[in-house]
Amino acid sequence: MIFETTTAIALAMLIPLAAMAGNMAFKDMPNLRDGFTFLCAVLTFCAVLVVLANEGNSITSEVSLIEVFPGIDIAFNVEPLGLMFAIIASGLWIITHIYGVGYMRGNDEKHHARFFACFAIAISSVMGIAFSSNMFTLFLFYEILTVSTYPLVAHKGTPDAVKGARTYLAILIGTSIALQLTAVIWTYALAGTLDFTQGGILVGKVAGWVVPVLLGLYAFGIGKAALMPFHKWLPAAMVAPTPVSALLHAVAVVKAGVFTMLKVGIYIFGIDFLAETGASEWLMWLAAYSIIAASVVAMTQDNLKKRLAYSTVSQLSYITLGMALATSMGALGGGMHIAMHAMGKITLFMCAGAIYVAYHKTEISQMQGLGRVMPITFGAFLIGSLSIIGLPPLGGSWPKFLLMLGAADTGHLIIIGVLMVSSLLNVAYLLPIVGRGFFRPLDDGAPTKRYEGPVLVWLPPALTALGCFVLFFYGGALQSFLLPIIGQ
Amino acid sequence: MAGTVTPHDAKTLIEQLPILQVLVPFCTAPLIVLIGSRRMAWALAFAAAVISLVISYALLMQVYGGGFISYQLGGWAPPLGIEYRVDAANALVMLLISAIATVTLPFAYESVKDEITSKNHTLFYACFMLCYTGLMGVVITGDAFNVFVFLEISSLSTYVLVAQGAGRDKRALTAAYDYLIMGTIGATFFVIGIGFLFMSTGTLNMADLADRIAEQGTNRTIHAGFAFIVVGMGLKAAMYPLHLWLPKAYTFAPSAVTVFLSATSTKMAIYVILRFMFSIYNPDFIFALNVMFLVFMPLALIAMFSASFVAVFQVNFKRMLAYSSIAQIGYMLLGIAIFNLSGLTGTMVHMFNHGITKALLFMGVGALVLRTGSSFYNNLNGLGRLMPLTVAPIVVGGLSLIGVPGTAGFVSKWMLVQGAFENGWWVVAILIVLSSLLAVVYVWRAIEVLYLTEPAEGAKMAEAPMSMLIPMWILAIACIWFGVATDLPLGAASTAAEVLLSGSFGMVE
Repeated sequence: MIFETTTAIALAMLIPLAAMAGNMAFKDMPNLRDGFTFLCAVLTFCAVLVVLANEGNSITSEVSLIEVFPGIDIAFNVEPLGLMFAIIASGLWIITHIYGVGYMRGNDEKHHARFFACFAIAISSVMGIAFSSNMFTLFLFYEILTVSTYPLVAHKGTPDAVKGARTYLAILIGTSIALQLTAVIWTYALAGTLDFTQGGILVGKVAGWVVPVLLGLYAFGIGKAALMPFHKWLPAAMVAPTPVSALLHAVAVVKAGVFTMLKVGIYIFGIDFLAETGASEWLMWLAAYSIIAASVVAMTQDNLKKRLAYSTVSQLSYITLGMALATSMGALGGGMHIAMHAMGKITLFMCAGAIYVAYHKTEISQMQGLGRVMPITFGAFLIGSLSIIGLPPLGGSWPKFLLMLGAADTGHLIIIGVLMVSSLLNVAYLLPIVGRGFFRPLDDGAPTKRYEGPVLVWLPPALTALGCFVLFFYGGALQSFLLPIIGQ
Repeated sequence: MAGTVTPHDAKTLIEQLPILQVLVPFCTAPLIVLIGSRRMAWALAFAAAVISLVISYALLMQVYGGGFISYQLGGWAPPLGIEYRVDAANALVMLLISAIATVTLPFAYESVKDEITSKNHTLFYACFMLCYTGLMGVVITGDAFNVFVFLEISSLSTYVLVAQGAGRDKRALTAAYDYLIMGTIGATFFVIGIGFLFMSTGTLNMADLADRIAEQGTNRTIHAGFAFIVVGMGLKAAMYPLHLWLPKAYTFAPSAVTVFLSATSTKMAIYVILRFMFSIYNPDFIFALNVMFLVFMPLALIAMFSASFVAVFQVNFKRMLAYSSIAQIGYMLLGIAIFNLSGLTGTMVHMFNHGITKALLFMGVGALVLRTGSSFYNNLNGLGRLMPLTVAPIVVGGLSLIGVPGTAGFVSKWMLVQGAFENGWWVVAILIVLSSLLAVVYVWRAIEVLYLTEPAEGAKMAEAPMSMLIPMWILAIACIWFGVATDLPLGAASTAAEVLLSGSFGMVE
């Protein structure tokens, strides 16, 4: 019973809600509360693994929960891309929770219970997104994710935090209601269904100018994918405590965005349909622009988290690019990048948080020589950076390889150039941080004794850095796991 | 389905339900005055509302799938006698009105004690019942002149109810006076319109009117009558630009009155417009179509944007909600103008969904007023932390007002947008979603005040009393429930839309 797929999916969404309830109930008992949430995180991960064990990389038929409009249900199914996303999000939740407890306590932040409760709702909605079997269900959970992460961004309650949270909400809700919802309803009016279907649901239903316009409504409407010019929310969200930036704004929320983008490209339009109509060509160029421009902006940022945020904007566009290339290689590369970038970027963010907890430094220019006193943290940062840059033997090298193959397939040599330049730019804005940490002398009067902060804060990034290595060797396995999404 | 009942049949209670719907509250009102005790007054009013809710539900279930119930008053056959006629369209509106009355009364108990001078309490409940009678009567009756009679019953008692806000703020008196003048003009226009209809057809029964107009064709008198009716009811519905009475009346009326009126009285007027437009003036009627396209649509769009825009800049929570209501009425009119099954379903379901949403929000404000004495934002700082159980449902209401997926407000907007796309009016579709963004702004202003500002130093604030919290939570759960399990409102609304579109009163093809 417990090991049935349907039950497991339900549990993956319900257990985080139990964690939320637990946080409310044990508000004033920190150890019990955080322990309970940890248990829930582990159980959620197990539930997702049960789904994996049952279904492997097959695409199952949908299970409907309730019919909301005639012909539109809240319904779920399992398919490789979503399953991969669920595994990443729930697995990294465990690590981030450990880290979050260390961070929040080490930093004397307030309102822990509210913080972890909202975090849990966000995870629950991510599970909903991952297992949605139609665009309506996905949209529903997409919006819950926005609303539940808003208190996390505003968490500190300072004027800065309130302002950042306002930008966050305005862009995410604004784009999703004004553009994405329009696109969803329009799709329904055109196709008569919103079910994710291999090969798309719009083939033969639309032609001409409508296709690129509809794609544009989706591409900009999925604000969480941070496609320029709707990327401002991501740097604004950096006012949130670092665990939020690490899991939600490097993994869950932004990946929900690009995941939606891929789902729309693969299952609503269909890769072949996009290739035939050429509707996504403009999007490809825009994504390429976004990749380069965000990297350039990242170089100018002195605030470490802001620099990482712009780096994320750039990396997310890789995935959008993968979809817009409209080839199977591109889609696969985009899908794999969800996993690889998640592992790399969460490492970088957790390192940034560790530096903040241990030495209260936020600006890169203040981080002279810190690598000498926190070698593990800076070592993990180096590995994460190399993975983002895309050097073997780290996970990040595979998706870039596939994307380049995809670009070569379609004869877009300029795109190959863009990907290469982007790698160089990554080197230029990430490695100097590590260099500064290890090779510059410490500031005068700074403590010279080795101190990495509490173990809960430095261990998690070390683990995810290790994960970047592991993913390199499982790159092939991941690729064949994802093959069904391109119909192979 | 009960058809026509001949005078000599002995009737079962079930067959008497339509008349009881009006009689129960109507008889409760004098009883309340005669008994004269506040507790008893409240208890009687509440009992009447509950009975009426049960009746509404029973009636809706009978016509849920289509068909109608005809009830002849005193056994006089229409068109001579007065006929009550229930179909899915008015059954849904009755369910809304009685449900709102049932949750408003428990809320009113504390709120009325706080806001209204104690010697007026029993009279307040009597007036409330009269107002309720009037609303029910307007909705249930199948006789055009009878609509006017009940309209006056509800309007006159509404003016009194609004004026009761004078205990807290004297401006309630001018607000009530404004409303009285405007409302009377509206009712006068309406009765003139009916006069024109009567003049050229010689009948007042709605079904009969429809038949005769279809038979004899149309003429300028009938057109003029239509114009008068739309303007008259447009005033009561606060249709832009006839909305000027609304912000003041809603702001200064006692909280309980605002809750009740915002959820019911404008919806009743929209219903009457729908009924006249579709059931009497056959919708194939090119004239009505032009009115919808050239008058309703632009006015609706202007209302959606201008009123929302004004709402953004309000510093008084209650007044902000009042402007938001004007914008939301725009959505309902727009659904009529879209003029297809989805659009009209959108209108019907938005009447219901917006009714529960706005009632919830006004209750929230009422609860805050009870504790802080004011609904201005600068007095509400940080209350989300001091009284979490009271403020949380306000957030749910706010989300539903925006139309966030998973809430009731989303369902109606979806139907409207879908209707617009089906017509190929994608500009209108985009305008609908854009105007929801303004709702995000004005709702979020309130939420930021409640949650993200620091409460006053050392402030201690108790949660609202249970008698307020329970109705609020019921409505909050309803806002989410009807956003996901949409069977009841959406099913009834689409039957209602079918009934209306088919042009007959209660018949479905």
